[in-house]
Amino acid sequence: MTFVVQQTLLFAIPLMIVALAGVFAERSGIINLALEGIMIMGAFVGVYFVRLMQDFDVFLDAARMGNYWTLQGLELLAMLVAAVFGALFSLLLSFAAVNLKADQTIGGTALNLMAPALVLFLVRILANQNTLQMTQGDAASWFMIKKSTFGVDKNVQWGFLGETFLNKVYLATYICILVFVVLSVILYFTKFGLRLRACGENPQAADSLGINVYRMRYAGTTISGALAGMGGFVYALTATNCTANGDVAGFGFLALAVMIFGNWKPLNIALGALLFGLFKCIAAGYGSIDINGDGVFMLAEIGISSHLYRMLPYLITLIVLSFTSKKSRAPKAEGIPYDKGSR
Amino acid sequence: MNKGKTLLNSDSSRKVFASLLSIVIGLAVGALVAAIVGLSKDNIGGKGIWDGVRLIFLGLLSTGREAGQLTWGFNPSSWGNMLFRATPLIMTGLSVAVAFKTGLFNIGAPGQYLMGTLATLFIALEIPSEAVPPAIIWLLAFLGGMLAGALWGAIPGLLKAFLNINEVLACIMTNWIAANVVTWLFDISNLKNVAEGTKTGYIYKTTFNNVATSKMGLDKLFPESQVNGGILIAILIAIVVYIIMNKTTLGYQLKACGANRHAARYAGIPDKRNIILSMAMAGALAAGGASLYWLSGNTEFYWITYQALPAAGFNGIPVALLALNHPIAVVFSGIFMAMLNIVGQQLTTLTAYNEYITDVVIAVIVYLSAFSLVIQMWLGKRKAKKGGKTV
Repeated sequence: MTFVVQQTLLFAIPLMIVALAGVFAERSGIINLALEGIMIMGAFVGVYFVRLMQDFDVFLDAARMGNYWTLQGLELLAMLVAAVFGALFSLLLSFAAVNLKADQTIGGTALNLMAPALVLFLVRILANQNTLQMTQGDAASWFMIKKSTFGVDKNVQWGFLGETFLNKVYLATYICILVFVVLSVILYFTKFGLRLRACGENPQAADSLGINVYRMRYAGTTISGALAGMGGFVYALTATNCTANGDVAGFGFLALAVMIFGNWKPLNIALGALLFGLFKCIAAGYGSIDINGDGVFMLAEIGISSHLYRMLPYLITLIVLSFTSKKSRAPKAEGIPYDKGSR
Repeated sequence: MNKGKTLLNSDSSRKVFASLLSIVIGLAVGALVAAIVGLSKDNIGGKGIWDGVRLIFLGLLSTGREAGQLTWGFNPSSWGNMLFRATPLIMTGLSVAVAFKTGLFNIGAPGQYLMGTLATLFIALEIPSEAVPPAIIWLLAFLGGMLAGALWGAIPGLLKAFLNINEVLACIMTNWIAANVVTWLFDISNLKNVAEGTKTGYIYKTTFNNVATSKMGLDKLFPESQVNGGILIAILIAIVVYIIMNKTTLGYQLKACGANRHAARYAGIPDKRNIILSMAMAGALAAGGASLYWLSGNTEFYWITYQALPAAGFNGIPVALLALNHPIAVVFSGIFMAMLNIVGQQLTTLTAYNEYITDVVIAVIVYLSAFSLVIQMWLGKRKAKKGGKTV
């Protein structure tokens, strides 16, 4: 069970945070199809930052001496850097979409093409191979929170909750949940959030009340870029052992799906991400999931092909969507460039 | 706005010029990136940068390196390979373009491409060539591939038309489902290449069953390359698509749905049928690209594909965008993309750079095409200022 929860969170957390990134852009009226590209960028920048920092004695000593809290600081810093670069990269989209009134789908597609190309080009030159790794150690030995982090012997049992949520986890996961909650509150319960949402529903009305639609759309897309960049690094850190190879396994697009699935609402998105994460977890580890703890791996023994399990997350999404899509309601003004003259 | 649009449509030279400008800027950005990276690394140096920049612009004309200097000239192998690689790109480009004309973003070309691969390889390898003439098998495999793609492409169309599911979302899901279905079916098939023990994970080439696209004399023109008649078939299909889209009622209806679905329905055009039809056509075209690629007989399919989608599918998007969704222009932009591919290869073998820089070039071009309308209007204004000088 601990395994299932941890694996589910592993997939669900990046999805959730990047889907929220999509919400911020779309609620302000910009379709952010570039989530995938921004994630790739964030993953690369974060990993590269960690690599650069590994040259400094502070962190090397910290890793050698087991000074885990310094390393957690490094992890937070890398998340921040990834977020900043994600935001910068997303400016390309907002510039095209807001200032030049360009087709947002195409602009997003361009960013999706740009990110893997640039990242692979640089990775090949930096590392002479297609994957950028940490110069030494790995994500688990440097950043994972374990019992030894708290100075506890690893044979001590902590019970289900402790084992699941405090042992072998990443701080990044909890930061993401925190950021998710804070930003959802901002989106719904502050003046800024209300204005942002107004720009996605009826920018003309918002403008007539003195809200700067262009600025709000820039804000929405930039927050979106920062979240997606951070989500990309969190994915790279927790799911691929802190490596970057110009690919995030389609998570950006899946996050887009989760966003539509969650009807552009944070709470539904969190649930959707968990559901998708659960099926991803089943797909990845059905052979070692022991549901009721009796030592029988039921999912592996009913004889369903592994191929079907891998397909399941996508099939389920389509099926659930076909029941819920009639009620689905996208922000009204998304994808339409705002033109002051057409008020 | 409407007036501006008709003015632009009447001036197709401006469109071509805008596209060419995007290409030049894209190549220049690629060269710039190469220069910046070259300056920041000690092992490349001034000569390395100069070689890289020249190859980015003229890689197609490169014949290799002699005594440390790049040599230039007609390289038949490069030209032939360019045409061979352009074949699937033209087809997926047409696929994306047809969907765009109906107002749909077909990001599902990779899945349709895979389904085409599946059907084509099964038909081409399972029908014994001792009993049936290879030419018939070839035709069946080609048509079967397109049919499979049409059916697969119709799924997002159906979901969009009847259940209001966003086609981008449905396409992404069906892409990954296709990737798993293809891996599954090849896994349980007997088509895995076991004859050549050195390779694992590949399916037999279609030549194993004596099925291959005719060279149609192109191998005489471009010796030592992979070129075959597929490129001619792709060009023919592009012309057919042009005629369907521009000269028939069906094409008019599809475009009307793309311009305004609700107005089209009001005018008595069956919008749901047209959305499904458009996606099915798009699927058939993307899958046809796969058929032509694998039926060449000199390529092998790596069947464990559930973790990655084929780039040939996604590259249809830039091909269509660069061509502004015009079927004939797709032929040229497809060949141009294939040329960049060759350039990338030359960069990897001849310099310290690698092929991904050409993907950067493509991305810049697509980015510029997002506001090609702005560029076109800007070009129009400049011409007006110059006193109506025409290009």
